[in-house]
Amino acid sequence: MQISGAQMVIESLIAENVEVVFGYPGGAIMNVYDEIYKQNGFQHVLARHEQAAIHAAEGYSKATGRVGVAMITSGPGFTNAVTGLADAYMDSIPMVVISGQVPMSLIGTDAFQEIDAVGISRPCTKHNYLVTDAKDLPRILKEAFYIASTGRPGPVHVDIPKDVTAQIEEFVYPESIELETYKPTVKGNARQIKKAIDAIGEASRPIFYLGGGIINSNAADEVRELVNMTNIPSVETLMARGTLGADNENLISMLGMHGSYAANMSMSEADLMIAIGARFDDRVTGKLSEFAKHARIIHIDIDPASISKLVNADFPIVGDVKNVVKEMIPLAKERIDGQKYAQWRETVANFDKLHPLSYQDSDEVLKPQWVVERIGQLLGDDANITTDVGQHQMWAAQFYPFSRPRQWITSGGLGTMGFGFPAAIGVKRGCPDKVSINVTGDGSILMNIQELMTAVEYKLPVINVILNNNYLGMVRQWQTMFYDKRHSQTDLSMQPDFVMLAQSFGGLGYRVKTKEEFDAALKDAVEKNVVALIDVTVNRLENVLPMVPSGGSLFNMMLEYKDK
Amino acid sequence: MPEERRVISVIVINEASVLSRIAGLFSGRGYNIDSLTVAPIPESKYSRITIVTQGSVLVIEQIIKQLHKLIPVLKVYEHANLVEKEMALVKFPVTECLSDIAALCAAYNGKIVNVSEDFMICNVADIPQRVDNFLKAIKRFHPKEIVRSGVVAMEI
Repeated sequence: MQISGAQMVIESLIAENVEVVFGYPGGAIMNVYDEIYKQNGFQHVLARHEQAAIHAAEGYSKATGRVGVAMITSGPGFTNAVTGLADAYMDSIPMVVISGQVPMSLIGTDAFQEIDAVGISRPCTKHNYLVTDAKDLPRILKEAFYIASTGRPGPVHVDIPKDVTAQIEEFVYPESIELETYKPTVKGNARQIKKAIDAIGEASRPIFYLGGGIINSNAADEVRELVNMTNIPSVETLMARGTLGADNENLISMLGMHGSYAANMSMSEADLMIAIGARFDDRVTGKLSEFAKHARIIHIDIDPASISKLVNADFPIVGDVKNVVKEMIPLAKERIDGQKYAQWRETVANFDKLHPLSYQDSDEVLKPQWVVERIGQLLGDDANITTDVGQHQMWAAQFYPFSRPRQWITSGGLGTMGFGFPAAIGVKRGCPDKVSINVTGDGSILMNIQELMTAVEYKLPVINVILNNNYLGMVRQWQTMFYDKRHSQTDLSMQPDFVMLAQSFGGLGYRVKTKEEFDAALKDAVEKNVVALIDVTVNRLENVLPMVPSGGSLFNMMLEYKDK
Repeated sequence: MPEERRVISVIVINEASVLSRIAGLFSGRGYNIDSLTVAPIPESKYSRITIVTQGSVLVIEQIIKQLHKLIPVLKVYEHANLVEKEMALVKFPVTECLSDIAALCAAYNGKIVNVSEDFMICNVADIPQRVDNFLKAIKRFHPKEIVRSGVVAMEI
């Protein structure tokens, strides 16, 4: 079949069973958009900013486990998308991002809307391509999907000059792919696995440290089985929320900077840590030399570069989490006595009794933690939760009763404000039967507010719950605690009228100051199934607690903050 | 952790952009590359890149893992037991003492390779440290230009 490069892009996406592309057209990608106009193999969702298009594809990918696809033009279209690429790279989200480029003959001439896109995307993608000949296009797109979705997943960027999308060549989409230089290790070493099981058997205070790799690997069921069988206390990272489910009695809570006292103390007291798909992020470990310093470490990860990167692993196991844990289960059944750790479990329970994750509710002012808990009570399993970045993100992670993997979608590694709303649009597109809630702040929501238009146009009813404290809250909290209350540039008292703002885009706005108003607003928005902004006025100076100050040790938590 | 000189070989698919991927890993972390040589491996689609850098064991271990993660990289290894060679070209005014220079070059596996009206060019090929020594020794002949090739290495 002799077709143009642009048609090849369409045919390749259809061959990869892509059902939706998030994007924004422009000069250099017009040939492809012309073919999008003519086809009906997939839906194109027009975002209102390229960054949002990428975040929407990320949200779609995280909610469904499929490869997210986004399309943008050259120059500013591409540079706007870079934050999204970096975000997907940090959180290992499988994505294929296609950008237009100026024609080959103009590359390097400072042409209109020209930028060295592959030069920019190189450090923030798993791999990238500049396509110089349409003959290579089918193979490159096949490779892009393969690389994005295998091994440690990540975004792959394909930059296509305009004359290449116009070039006519024979099209045959490869059925399979073999890359001599790219062969991720998916099966764990059997001897290492046996040694790890023996180490667990020998331990008296073991702990599971569960990371986002479990979600990426679709291994939550296997991990839950292993945890339940061994009765070993477990902590989840921010990215792993939903792995065990809030009602699992082996789950302590989230660990790290804003983890629970029990999670952090248990980690500090453990004599063996089983890290699964986690990467020892500095927001998790605090001061590295003090992190779980009594523990021998088993580290299971598909990325060899993650193992012993920050903390030396005594039992490194390179492999896909799902495969490795599957092999651990029968061995664990044989060799590990689930009753053995009763005393350790009691210690952990006592940590939790001593300082449970909690907050002081109030009758006078809405507490942001209450709002999160209330969403959980009203919607629970029926909602998927995305967030932006800041205090609201931490409260959501601490207080929402997550019940399943892929229910929780947040920007963890890069910490991208503006992620939540477009991601929630992608989540809704991927999981139309769940309520898509974006828990956000009054700072973050304005960073991609234009997506109100996308959500309304495509009838993707995302409900944004703005925990509005008139502050850039997390930065304000640090300024209060560590910068003698010099609230430099964090007072956001100047605000739009969020109700009118939502209405002007064709959505619904709610102003909420009391618990009753919140219940009514959320119920109304869910019932009406519309795009909504719920502007919730919350306690202005509420802090996220407990807290491990940056660079501090996990066992040295700030449990309350007394204003001096 | 002591910083030591390291020689790393990277076998890569011979394609555009692969060099910048590798250089980017170093520059993005603020590590300097002392020398870098690239040439195709005969009768294959691969090239060999030989990198000389400084770093602690941990840093180099991490760099090697990161290099491995790059899609077009086939193999990475740090040399422990190796033969190293480096070449240098030096240009002298033709008025300098020809025979002295020729004798020095010979001691470092080299010779005079070109003589023009004003200048002569000689080459030497030796282990990098001996090339250093040679370049010190020829200072008194007023070299006008010096070009070093960077190190190539082979495991014993």
